[in-house]
Amino acid sequence: MPPLPVPAARPIELALMTIAPKSSFVLSRKHLLGIDGLSRAEIAGLLDLAEEFVELNRQIEKKRTSLRGRTQINLFFEVSTRTQMSFELAGKRLGADVMNMSASSSSMRKGETLIDTAMTLNAMHPDIIIVRHHASGAVELLARKVDCSVVNAGDGAHEHPTQALLDALTIRRNKGRLEGLTVAICGDILHSRVARSNIILLNCVGARVRVVAPSTLLPVGIQRFGVDVARDMREGLDGADIVMMLRLQRERMNGSYVPSTSEYFQYYGLDEKKLSYAKPDALVMHPGPMNRGVEIDSIVADGAQSVIREQVEMGVAVRMAVLEALARNLPNA
Amino acid sequence: MLSDRRPILLANARIVDPSRNVDILGDVLMADGIVRECKRGIGAAGVPEGTDVIDCRGKLIAPGLIDMRAFVGEPGAASRETLASASQAAAAGGVTTIVCQPDTSPAIDDPATVDFVLRRARDTAIVHVHPMAAITKGLEGREMTEIGLLKAAGAVAFSDGAKSVTNAQVMRRALTYARDFDALIVHHTEDPDLIGDGVMNEGEFAARLGLLGIPTAAETVMLERDIRLVGLTGGRYHAASLTCSDSLEVLRRAKDAGLAVTASVSVNHITLNENDIGPYRTFLKVAPPLRGEDDRKAIVAALASGLIDVVMSDHNPQDVETKRLPFAEAEAGAIGLETMLIAGLRLVHSGELDVMTLLRALSTRPAELLGLPGGTLRPGAPADVIVVDLDVPWVIDPNELKSKCKNTPFDEARMQGRVVRTIVAGRTVYEIV
Repeated sequence: MPPLPVPAARPIELALMTIAPKSSFVLSRKHLLGIDGLSRAEIAGLLDLAEEFVELNRQIEKKRTSLRGRTQINLFFEVSTRTQMSFELAGKRLGADVMNMSASSSSMRKGETLIDTAMTLNAMHPDIIIVRHHASGAVELLARKVDCSVVNAGDGAHEHPTQALLDALTIRRNKGRLEGLTVAICGDILHSRVARSNIILLNCVGARVRVVAPSTLLPVGIQRFGVDVARDMREGLDGADIVMMLRLQRERMNGSYVPSTSEYFQYYGLDEKKLSYAKPDALVMHPGPMNRGVEIDSIVADGAQSVIREQVEMGVAVRMAVLEALARNLPNA
Repeated sequence: MLSDRRPILLANARIVDPSRNVDILGDVLMADGIVRECKRGIGAAGVPEGTDVIDCRGKLIAPGLIDMRAFVGEPGAASRETLASASQAAAAGGVTTIVCQPDTSPAIDDPATVDFVLRRARDTAIVHVHPMAAITKGLEGREMTEIGLLKAAGAVAFSDGAKSVTNAQVMRRALTYARDFDALIVHHTEDPDLIGDGVMNEGEFAARLGLLGIPTAAETVMLERDIRLVGLTGGRYHAASLTCSDSLEVLRRAKDAGLAVTASVSVNHITLNENDIGPYRTFLKVAPPLRGEDDRKAIVAALASGLIDVVMSDHNPQDVETKRLPFAEAEAGAIGLETMLIAGLRLVHSGELDVMTLLRALSTRPAELLGLPGGTLRPGAPADVIVVDLDVPWVIDPNELKSKCKNTPFDEARMQGRVVRTIVAGRTVYEIV
């Protein structure tokens, strides 16, 4: 009987070795409530750290221990699938104990106020609370009442900082830079926290932002945000490096803001023809969930220029980076 | 309480009486609840025996203030404010007459409720209280109230409080009918459809906060409509709370045309702007919303020129449960009885307004519009008088405020000037020793 072959190399072990973090970036603030107020260096620091987690997340062994012993609570007053799962996965991969609390199951339905919920959770000594709420400013209000770090996972039409960071990471990985790119943000700017966070971030890093929307879905004063306002998709997408579509909420579709979904798709939905106005190598992005046939055509959403699925992957990495960078600043870290 | 009835001489004061354009150094003698004399050099020698002589040492004396718009929780919301607590706050703020609003529960829309408020005030309040009655039954904007009977019962004007009468036909009839009784219609000019889901002034700042905006047109559209109706009917009309320069143009045109149109601004809108909301401070959420600095300046200029007639507090007590919420979900309203004059003095100290003009808008003009006897220091007028130290610096401590609710936009604000004595009907109801 021939001797059993001795494996010369065990590639699985290589995979098991987690990469030691090269970036020692620390977010020297207690909370991440918005992109507003972050410096260019802080944004770059978070993106660099996230790059490392992209690599980690592609290994078999994805576990790190930097948040071991920490408790992370995901407090979602508004339903969310991808953001909540993304934060949950991010926390778990960093070794935190993650607890989910969503509006449908919580005492919020029994009339408890936001502040009371915050105080209750605070008494359980969490280290980080991730909050999504339907009202602008609610996360900031909650952050003032608790002792731990708070991360804004979307508050009303105000901010959604981790979405803007994951969008920036996706763009940077595909284009190699952010500075000097022309980004067209299209759709319901008025009600969109994604648009606000992206506008602030992209302006901060030196990209040029255009917004394209029917005027009913543009906030008054948008010109003062340092963006160009385009009246139609041809003008808005002309020469764009990035085409970022926004979701149109169902309640806006029927007469109150736009006359119908079919008219909206005709003038503002992204199809191959409208995409052809942008640069040939333009990226197509969408924060999800998509309304296929309303703001985006399936052919484009699933096409070669689409990086929509990559955005989801970047989401986990960026949230790990945010948790890690905040945790490095926690007491006793 | 015998001492209460003793005559009072306020000596060595700076007397400012806007009703006569008087700004002199002198003395004021009060007895039997009325002003006896108001002139230079009465002196301690010229007063009846037993008079309390108070040396004012150059402090300012003015007619007691008449607050044309204050929400008091009686009946129906006594946990927020009672007539008693509101009157305590008023006295501390130099307000000797509160005109309370009809948006209570039930609404002040029948003579019995007017009577109830007047009797409660007589028994519990330390300042004068006069109710406004509703324009429409239940504030529903449909059926006119008994304007004649309500006026006879003691309603000093007619208003649907913080609600607008959206039906133009109802408004037209109310203005027409009220004219027969020489009743004043006071109207909150905000189109609810244009307000929509808005929670603050429309513009860049709202867009940055991710809050839906209220355009100034919500106010101007309603005011324009009202002015047309006043032209049609010849009624007496008062815009309850104007906030923007566009409205001032409309008001100017109406006054130039000789219509019986007057207007108020709230002290909040002349001293604060939308930027004061800062990080979603709900105590700065008021209705109509705080506007931009350009509008604030325009309103102050209109007040200085006399285009705007009245400054009121828009006192609206809200408790923790209705304010400690995300901005969009919080109730609108700020307390103001106690801070109205002091906040207004900021404009005097900054040179935007002279003290005579401010005091006229806070006392003489409301008295004239409502047909009340106060707002003047003329001999024979009610002895409703305040003494103000214009210069003393202090910081507002919400816990020291008399109102049952503490929702002041001037939370811990630095102030210059303070009411040191408030006299109602010849009796001192508030003093800082």
